[in-house]
Amino acid sequence: MEPLTWTGAFGTVLNPLMMLALAVFFAAFLANFVMTLAGVRAGQLEINDDGTMGLTRTPVDLALSVMKYAVLIFVLCCVGFIVGGLVLPTFEQKGILGGMALRLLPVWIGLVATFALSITFKRKLGLYGKLFDSPIGMIGFALVMFWIFAAIFAERIATHGALELISAMRHALPGTPIPASDDGDFAYYFLGGDNLGRDVFSRVFFGAASVLRIAPLATLFAFMVGITLGLPAGYIGGRLDTVLTFIANLVLAFPVILLFYLLVTPEIVTAGIPHYMSMVLFLFPIIFLVILFNSRFHTQPMTRNILVGVSLVLGLLAYFSLISDRGATASPIRFWPEALDLFDIPGNLLIVFVSVVFVNSPTVFRIVRGITLDVKTRDYVAAAQTRGEGPWYIMLWEILPNARGPLIVDFCLRIGYTTILLGTLGFFGLGVSPESPDWGSTINEGRQLLSTYPHPALPPALALMSLVLGLNLLADGLREESLKD
Amino acid sequence: MAAFILRRVGVMILTAFFLTLIVFFLTNLFPNLEKLAKTQGNARMSDADVVSWLDNNGYGGPMLLRYGEWLGVVPGWTRVDETTGAITGRCIDFGMDPADAPRFCGVLQGDLGHSTVSNEPVSDVIGRRLALTGILMGLAFGLMVPLALVVGVLAGMREGSRLDRGLSTLSIASTATPEYVSGVILIALFASTAVGVSSTLTEWGWLGGDGWLGDRRTLFLGSARSAMNGITFWNFALPVATIALYGMGYIARMTRASMAEVMTAQYIRTARLKGVSFRNIVLRHALRNALIAPFTVIMLQFPWLLTGVVIVESMFSYNGFGWTMVQAASNNDIEMLLACSVVAVFVVLVTQLISDIGYVFLNPRIRIA
Repeated sequence: MEPLTWTGAFGTVLNPLMMLALAVFFAAFLANFVMTLAGVRAGQLEINDDGTMGLTRTPVDLALSVMKYAVLIFVLCCVGFIVGGLVLPTFEQKGILGGMALRLLPVWIGLVATFALSITFKRKLGLYGKLFDSPIGMIGFALVMFWIFAAIFAERIATHGALELISAMRHALPGTPIPASDDGDFAYYFLGGDNLGRDVFSRVFFGAASVLRIAPLATLFAFMVGITLGLPAGYIGGRLDTVLTFIANLVLAFPVILLFYLLVTPEIVTAGIPHYMSMVLFLFPIIFLVILFNSRFHTQPMTRNILVGVSLVLGLLAYFSLISDRGATASPIRFWPEALDLFDIPGNLLIVFVSVVFVNSPTVFRIVRGITLDVKTRDYVAAAQTRGEGPWYIMLWEILPNARGPLIVDFCLRIGYTTILLGTLGFFGLGVSPESPDWGSTINEGRQLLSTYPHPALPPALALMSLVLGLNLLADGLREESLKD
Repeated sequence: MAAFILRRVGVMILTAFFLTLIVFFLTNLFPNLEKLAKTQGNARMSDADVVSWLDNNGYGGPMLLRYGEWLGVVPGWTRVDETTGAITGRCIDFGMDPADAPRFCGVLQGDLGHSTVSNEPVSDVIGRRLALTGILMGLAFGLMVPLALVVGVLAGMREGSRLDRGLSTLSIASTATPEYVSGVILIALFASTAVGVSSTLTEWGWLGGDGWLGDRRTLFLGSARSAMNGITFWNFALPVATIALYGMGYIARMTRASMAEVMTAQYIRTARLKGVSFRNIVLRHALRNALIAPFTVIMLQFPWLLTGVVIVESMFSYNGFGWTMVQAASNNDIEMLLACSVVAVFVVLVTQLISDIGYVFLNPRIRIA
């Protein structure tokens, strides 16, 4: 079989068109730049003598509209490749881009459905709906949703298993057909093979699933820790604040990379340090929930007992299942009965998770503390104090809801940062496991032969970048829209 | 002011004490020591042998006492061998007369000990490596800070303009590209024989064979190993660009925010109404005030650069400080790792101190009572 070309049958038409659009864009950009330097200004609104308004047009405006249309043609060409992938009959005609577009069909359906629904009902959806008024926010949201859907449908998108290796496909170039493939197997490696002969394309999507399983959850835990400690530090202040801030600054002054090396090395894992840390850090979500319900419903004992009881039972069950692991010798907790040990987390995953939570929480703590210091001077806090509400009620039900804007924005940013941290861990070979498909580990494997075979390392690198970029743009859009209120 | 600086220095020393204590604790846990004993002594030592080896080499005793010895506030250990009568001790170097040895030898006396892997004095190794990293960091900083400030000021001077939106999106993209991603992309683009600019230039006959740069087939080098002997544009541009790219976006965004805020201030409006040209408003009136906030951010970027330096040095195989730290951590080189962390913690704390004090100096509105 012939290797696939990048663009397939549509390429003969669309490739020159895309190149042309690119060339025109850069020409117009240069022209615009030179004209601006030369002092030509863009057209302005003018009020005519008869009271009408007119817009003058200058060469700068012309160059700008040319740039706009060039971008439009470029985007249309990209859409053309996706459509080509869905319509054309054989993979030779689809090309690599078309073929990948076909595999990503569930993602496209999901994206179109999400956007159609959200834009239809955007006036009823609050801040989330307002996101669709900002183009930057929409692009960010689309990128993030692309990876979320890709992670959900990873099994369906992948053409081969994450660990399935074919030795003949070692360092295979993108689009190489598998020699003597059976009928059941997929016949191509879309993005080539890595140094062991595994499919790069499939591993990128399994990697997305692995990254998106850890990063948001770790960020959520860091927020629980940061909020539970930051609220009292800001609200009560005094010695508590001094001590907590000092500890937070201590962790922040620790170079992240050194901390990771210290926490993840096998000797320290044998000593059980990460397990003790997880015992402390994982307590915070339970404390948070119990205080949250108790402070609100302590005047209605029945409701309070039910809510606190449920969160205690479920929380402690999950807590002990999480930290007790009879198999691992390093785990200090062995007394928990086997029957109630619902799940075991592979040792390395737990350690990676704990280190990421530990590194992120002090920053969240500082942000929450700062907002609390600001919000606690407001009148509604004074009103609640006058009513005689308890301090925890004021912190969790008066201050926290009013601090949600900056916290949501920071949550988006922090997921991106956590993704970068996870990538860093993987890059140094400290990640979940050596053969894990997560992006950092894949980049680490691919970088050994980067100058001769760049194709195994580039897709995960671009994937990580696009996800983080999406999260940052989303945060930017959210910030802009929430400031408009 | 003096009281403020004194208090900051006091907190800094306290932080440094706790941080080094934590690092000392983490690197001197029993499993680390056991591994050290087995690599230095015999891989098949029994548990009792390990304990006696550790006692003989000064790793016995309580952790706090050993921390004191390392710090140089507790006299170094000495031990008399019962059979030969030879005296060994922490402060007694090989071949030194025990009577001449100093009583204290720790970080405070400037003695960082010997590497347990290569047996060289740690301070020599660290000094050499720090010099290499200093060049890399200096160049990266020199590229990053002016570029970021220009981008930030240009974006912030007309908030919401097309230029602002374009530059802001670029800065967001730069903060979304960590070093290990931009490094991979830059190497693939400029230093790969298979794809990117270099392969195109080779096809055109500009590179390789009798091309422009001799028989080299890539434009830039994917490894900075040769830069340790002599820095050229071709072997050092990629590592420097990789570090500068990630840090740039953040500084640019902070500068933009600060500039945009200053541009809405009353005195800028007054200047405009007086008829001062836009160029003079930006350069004379806005710039100085707009650069106060980014100063803090720039100083606080140093610790971040440290992570970047570690990544870039591993990626481009440049044997500087970051590379040493990674090697020390993976080789269980306890003394070296401790020294590395002292340097790292010192850099972080000193930059924090400078940023705090500098902020007060630069901003006359803040008065410390």
